[in-house]
Amino acid sequence: MTTTTARLTASFDDAPLTLVRRRWPLGLALLLLVAFVALPLLGDDYWLNAILIPFLVLSLAGLGLNLLTGYTGQTSVGAAGFMAVGAFATYGLLLRVPGIPLPLALVGGGLIAAFLGMLFGIPSARIKGFYLMVTTLAAQFFIEWVFAKFPWFYNYASSGTISAPRLELFGYSLASPVGRYLLTLSCVVLLTWVAVNLVRSQTGRNWMAIRDMDTAAAVIGIPVDRYKRLAFAVSSFYLGIAGALWAFAYLGTASAGSFDINRSFQILFIIIIGGMGSIAGNFVGAAFISLMPIFLNHAGQWLFGGNVDAGQLQNLQKILFGTLIIVFLIKEPEGLVRLVGNLRDRLRTWPLRF
Amino acid sequence: MRNPFQRTLIGALFALGLQSLLPTVAQAASNEQFVPMATYRVGAYASSGIPWWAGEIDYFRYINEVEGGINGVKLVWQECETEWSVDRIVECYERYKGGLNGAPTAFFFTHSTPGSYALMEKGAADRIPLIDGAGGRTESTDGSVFPYAFPLLLNYYGQASVGINYIAQREGGFDKLKGKKIVTVYHDSAYGRETQAPMALLAQKYGFENIQIPVADPGNEQSAQWRQVRQIKPDWVFLRTWGVSTPVGIKTAARFGIAVDRIIGDVWAGSEADVIPAGTAAKGYQALAPFPGGAEFEIHKRLKQYILDTGKSDLKDPAYFGKVYYNVGLINAAIAVEALRTAQTKFGHRPLNGEEARWGFEHLNIDAARLKASGFEGLLPPLKLSCADHEGGGAARVQQWDGEKWQLVTGWLQADRDTLRPLIEAKSAAYAKEKGITPRDCAAEQ
Repeated sequence: MTTTTARLTASFDDAPLTLVRRRWPLGLALLLLVAFVALPLLGDDYWLNAILIPFLVLSLAGLGLNLLTGYTGQTSVGAAGFMAVGAFATYGLLLRVPGIPLPLALVGGGLIAAFLGMLFGIPSARIKGFYLMVTTLAAQFFIEWVFAKFPWFYNYASSGTISAPRLELFGYSLASPVGRYLLTLSCVVLLTWVAVNLVRSQTGRNWMAIRDMDTAAAVIGIPVDRYKRLAFAVSSFYLGIAGALWAFAYLGTASAGSFDINRSFQILFIIIIGGMGSIAGNFVGAAFISLMPIFLNHAGQWLFGGNVDAGQLQNLQKILFGTLIIVFLIKEPEGLVRLVGNLRDRLRTWPLRF
Repeated sequence: MRNPFQRTLIGALFALGLQSLLPTVAQAASNEQFVPMATYRVGAYASSGIPWWAGEIDYFRYINEVEGGINGVKLVWQECETEWSVDRIVECYERYKGGLNGAPTAFFFTHSTPGSYALMEKGAADRIPLIDGAGGRTESTDGSVFPYAFPLLLNYYGQASVGINYIAQREGGFDKLKGKKIVTVYHDSAYGRETQAPMALLAQKYGFENIQIPVADPGNEQSAQWRQVRQIKPDWVFLRTWGVSTPVGIKTAARFGIAVDRIIGDVWAGSEADVIPAGTAAKGYQALAPFPGGAEFEIHKRLKQYILDTGKSDLKDPAYFGKVYYNVGLINAAIAVEALRTAQTKFGHRPLNGEEARWGFEHLNIDAARLKASGFEGLLPPLKLSCADHEGGGAARVQQWDGEKWQLVTGWLQADRDTLRPLIEAKSAAYAKEKGITPRDCAAEQ
């Protein structure tokens, strides 16, 4: 980013030309084409329901947390709590506001989560680092408790579980796996696009300035507290939408227990392993955290199925998964996305070395 | 390639590439029935999962090797580890709902109440019966609204009712319940709260005082709750805890001087793992047992002869043979096998799909003679399901811990199902309305 600015001052007359020069993102177009057209056509129920939808939702949740932790530097272990707010708020809106269309309910759920996120972000003005993490932990437990305690939130269902209302968009039913996949994909693509632009905007730069050193950010005139609260709100908005999609597009049901502290840690691991302060890192991290155990399970069955004791095989998979995490983090503390980037750079100059 | 989207592309393709390495072997259909198993051999619930799945696998092996399959149809199974987490159970279900290598899937053991909730609509759409013995969604007992969900044997409402019936039996009649104080100490979760509605109804009917005291998860510290119980001076305590909160509850109760033989545990608070950690405090503790413990039943003799002694058992530690969770597995497996046998009388001796298996479950009738023949006498009550009734038995025995092992102290106690039925029907009607389901006409489906 700094190089662009330098070039701008050096040859001011040419600046507009340099700025508008944009290559058509062929790779991106191809990816979207595959995701929107090829996968729904080719993918079976298993692929859509059990692999792609949870992968996308977890990526979105990672993205939300990354905006707060990776970009603004505010560590949070309350991610799942805000997902729960999004899920329960969307459910409440669909249930209690007659005739509300699904996109509006999703956005509404996100906004309610954003508001709550902002509330829990207020302490960030005074508290930093690990101490702030403890307040987010409190948020996590408080939210979980609220959704377990007050039956109004789950419409007095006997077991405290909410289930997906009829999903439809402009009269089309989204109940089929393809419909739910496309709903999830559209949300994720749209919100990723927003996030990419957000982190490149003034807001994103202010966030990064706060992350790098909040005193320095305050000195250069960034309203630190306000931007921290904004980061909490935007992050919670993303997490809220992810929570609603997790509950309704993926599982079809949710209770306070489905958004417990373990889910928070899962999302934190996604961004740590994927790459803090990176948009693509969320996708890589989500793929690793959510798909690798499934892959290991498949591979284990394929390689050893029937020959090795099932219990031992499961434990082996856990050991392997843990080892992989350690190896990757030692090899590249900045996350898998950096590893992928290094590989790409090396391939570019291949067969020459750097 | 500086665009983050392009990096995303690489990330996604990398992940997809890994997955596509997986072999997809499609073999010709064989004379085999496939059973997916969403196991939990690692994680927090492994101690119950390991004997549970061993019980199921041992019974299936017994059916295959001693009885030559179900009328010649062999059972094959494949495990997927879920650690009892809902998303992994859903993944497992999606992976195997279409069967494996040409062997069709006839039913899916969810064995997790949250899992049953999550799969409820998927199972109905894919026509795969979801089996969750003594668990699941209570209102899915009403098969007219929930055609593919089976909370077999004893649903949560029934558990409350059997508990009250046992108390009445000990007190000497239902009229003696009037004015008695019955405290329910429950795990504050979906599972724990499930019995509040039936308890309120039964309290109204019999005139006892219904006091509910929650224990927050995980329940490592319960002094406050039991101090409260002590102040109430209850006549009976119904303990509806789960996991670590059960032994802690029993021990804390003893510390506060509450007689252990006045505490009645729930189905999921009644295994060896619940009482052994409580030590001597648990001696005399009673628990509901739709799945009684013990290794002296006829089926255990057969399993010992053909499976355990020949080294074919899935149990690593034979000490678990006949323990409560092992028997849970046995009973679930046996009911499934009997349902397939029933369905084969209509559809022929061949592997069945989910829709055919549902017919089998709905027409399942395990009578006393069948129980005796299959070796489950005393382990399972007579069980008869129908389109409208997906629970069947609705009975449990009561077992008491003598410090060494569980002793069965009663026969089968029947839940007061007629009283509970309107409650269930109201809930299922609300579900049907919310989802826009037109209930089946069970009278027309005989």
